[in-house]
Amino acid sequence: MSAVIENHHEDHDHGPAKGITRWLYTTNHKDIGTLYLWFSFAMFLIGGAMAMIIRAELFQPGMQIVEPEFYNQMITLHGLIMIFGGVMPAFVGLANWLVPMMIGAPDMALPRMNNLSFWILPFAFLILLSSLFMEGGAPNFGWTFYAPLSTTYAPPSVTFFIFSVHIMGASSIMGAINVVVTIMNMRAPGVGLMKMPLFVWSWLITAYLLIAVMPVLAGAVTMMLMDIHFGTSFFNAAGGGDPVLFQHIFWFFGHPEVYIMILPAFGIVSHIIETFSRKQLFGYSSMVWAMLSIAILSFVVWAHHMFTVGLPLAAEIFFMWATMLIAVPTGVKVFNWVATMFRGSLTFETPMLFAIAFVVLFTIGGLSGLMLAIVPADFQYHDTYFVVAHFHYVLVPGAIFSIMAAVYYWIPKWSGNMYDERLGKLHFWLSFVGVNVTFFPQHFIGLAGMPRRYPDYSLQFADWNMVSSVGAFLFGFSQLLFLFIVLKTVMGGKKATSQVWDGARGLEWTVASPAPYHTFSTPPKVD
Amino acid sequence: MSGGSYYVPDQSRFPIFMAFSLFLLVMGASSTINNLDDPNSNSAYILYLGFASLFLTLFFWFRQVIKEHLAGLDSNQLKQSYVYGMAWFIFSEVMFFAAFFGALFYVRTLAVPWLAGEGSKGAAITAIELWPAFESTWPVITTPDNGVEYELAEKSMAWPGWDHALKWLPMWNTIVLLSSSVTVHFAHLGLKSGNRKKFNVLLGVTVFLALIFVGLQAAEYYEAYAHYGLTLNSGIYGSTFFMLTGFHGFHVMMGGIMLAIMLARSVFAGHFEDHDHFGFEAASWYWHFVDVVWVMLFLFVYIL
Repeated sequence: MSAVIENHHEDHDHGPAKGITRWLYTTNHKDIGTLYLWFSFAMFLIGGAMAMIIRAELFQPGMQIVEPEFYNQMITLHGLIMIFGGVMPAFVGLANWLVPMMIGAPDMALPRMNNLSFWILPFAFLILLSSLFMEGGAPNFGWTFYAPLSTTYAPPSVTFFIFSVHIMGASSIMGAINVVVTIMNMRAPGVGLMKMPLFVWSWLITAYLLIAVMPVLAGAVTMMLMDIHFGTSFFNAAGGGDPVLFQHIFWFFGHPEVYIMILPAFGIVSHIIETFSRKQLFGYSSMVWAMLSIAILSFVVWAHHMFTVGLPLAAEIFFMWATMLIAVPTGVKVFNWVATMFRGSLTFETPMLFAIAFVVLFTIGGLSGLMLAIVPADFQYHDTYFVVAHFHYVLVPGAIFSIMAAVYYWIPKWSGNMYDERLGKLHFWLSFVGVNVTFFPQHFIGLAGMPRRYPDYSLQFADWNMVSSVGAFLFGFSQLLFLFIVLKTVMGGKKATSQVWDGARGLEWTVASPAPYHTFSTPPKVD
Repeated sequence: MSGGSYYVPDQSRFPIFMAFSLFLLVMGASSTINNLDDPNSNSAYILYLGFASLFLTLFFWFRQVIKEHLAGLDSNQLKQSYVYGMAWFIFSEVMFFAAFFGALFYVRTLAVPWLAGEGSKGAAITAIELWPAFESTWPVITTPDNGVEYELAEKSMAWPGWDHALKWLPMWNTIVLLSSSVTVHFAHLGLKSGNRKKFNVLLGVTVFLALIFVGLQAAEYYEAYAHYGLTLNSGIYGSTFFMLTGFHGFHVMMGGIMLAIMLARSVFAGHFEDHDHFGFEAASWYWHFVDVVWVMLFLFVYIL
């Protein structure tokens, strides 16, 4: 047998390989987690730059900076990059770093496939971004790519978009299979299902959602491809199809996708609030059941994105009530977080600040979601800036704040160094103020009737748009501070202890900081 | 989960090679499709290159995995990971098919009747002003625009009645594919009881049946294009018919290739033991899955 194979056993004691091949050929969950996190940070900055262009154009009414066609490409790519390149890979990166350590596994279950899942992503986004330089420009039909905008009226680059979505989906599915298999098969003896840390639970459920809905998205883009190039009529009424069919299929993927981007955040926030309250988390099992309920309900609410498309009345009523039902398990979670903090010995380090902001601001986003779920009200709000405000409240101070909280919370474990607390707090306050100044006014202009996705608007919306743009620049440029803080921490700083936070629970705090390259070569003992 | 030490594979070049192959493949596919009208386009070579490097990478990757396995490096835990991994992969494939079946059910029960003026949405302007002549039937071989944008077919692939049943290819396809599921199962039983000859013969029969199925499917497509005027371009019936059967046919080919590789491994390399043959088992699961999808197809695309 070849020498490669004989080397395996000694390999456990080795550190990382030297040079660039460490990153290209790695099978180590920590390396791959790091790759995912840096990739998503890069995408966050690129997508953020696009948001800056959008807000600069909207700073004043009238056309200032970009052409309307280019504006359309910006809103499309901003959405696609932030969702598929920013938030999702960041959570996969966190799962890679944390899940094996939290359950006492040596690595992910299928380490080589893990590397494949990551390395597909840079290529997929290379294809997507290269469409900016193609004839006819990048995709310009919004991140939801509704037919016929994305079929009959699409630029030629839509073909490249379709295939890049295909391989992104393959990457997500493989990543999710890896997480599920790791959690089901690699837990150390004694880590029963109901003893798993909540981040692990949240990722088990997220991975299940990913495996269930990413193929549906692949089906949707495949039908688009057939309609555009091979003469089928899935989304064309003249041939007996229906453009609304596209929306149904897309949102059957799209709504679980929304929870894919928030469930891991629930897990993260539960850990952080527990640690900095120095109390056991209130209602562990109800947290698990709430996440499961949210995941199951997410499959039967998709048409609430389509209330104004002309659904039969019975469908509108069903999807309205099903959507409102989601408020119940979500309410359970918010209650539990608050109850965990109640009479705790609270301290407010940066991760805790982000986590508390998450609870408050995510709840605001959730409540505006309830408003949107009411069919007659939605007829008024649909496709206005109120919707933009709603989903940015759940995604930016929701998903993205939780990712930042996670970085501050676990970076001492990853790098072995403490971050600069003063700078961290500064970053938090700049982000917190920036987010609210950006998105809160969008509720007002949305309720007043400003439609989304236009580069120009009526004069009465001018003041709040200017406020919103100022907030966006504040939020956007504060993230460079975040980049600086992360780099500074990785380069050096006060050494972290293994425990790092005095209230922290879980297996990852029992190993040294930084965590050794191979954490557990034999299963740890768990009581 | 026994107490022993874990197995973590060494660094590997295969994943990034495979990612790069996929990159070539989809870049080639996109440019080729965008330049279908241009006879001078060379984009197809990128596509071929992508395919070639993908197959090479897969070949060497699987060879490595098999070598490690034969060297006894795989713990029971890793074997269990492969089992879970394959099961979840098949679940993702089920959901891929679900998208196309969902489209079929939606157009059959909602879109087509609405276009013809039925139901609460049937008062829509399309039915009254745009296409008043369109009637809702299934299989719907007319189109609402009556052949302006989409060509009309003369005949559908639906159940032709008992008189013509024997000449009806989908019936034979069903018999072939269902039998192949049975033969692969008995091949598995043969392997488990240590009867290598029975395994090889029955697996060979299965692969042969897979070939017959693909051949019959090709004949059916030829029939549709040449004699029925039923094409991808003949409205929603043609769209759903070719999408579902074509996607399924593609999966039959994949499954057939997997089984053929397992057969070659057994015949030429003597792989697989009575208690240790997950490579084959995974391929056979995939085969049963493809078979179940066909039963659904037969019901909802052909019969009902």
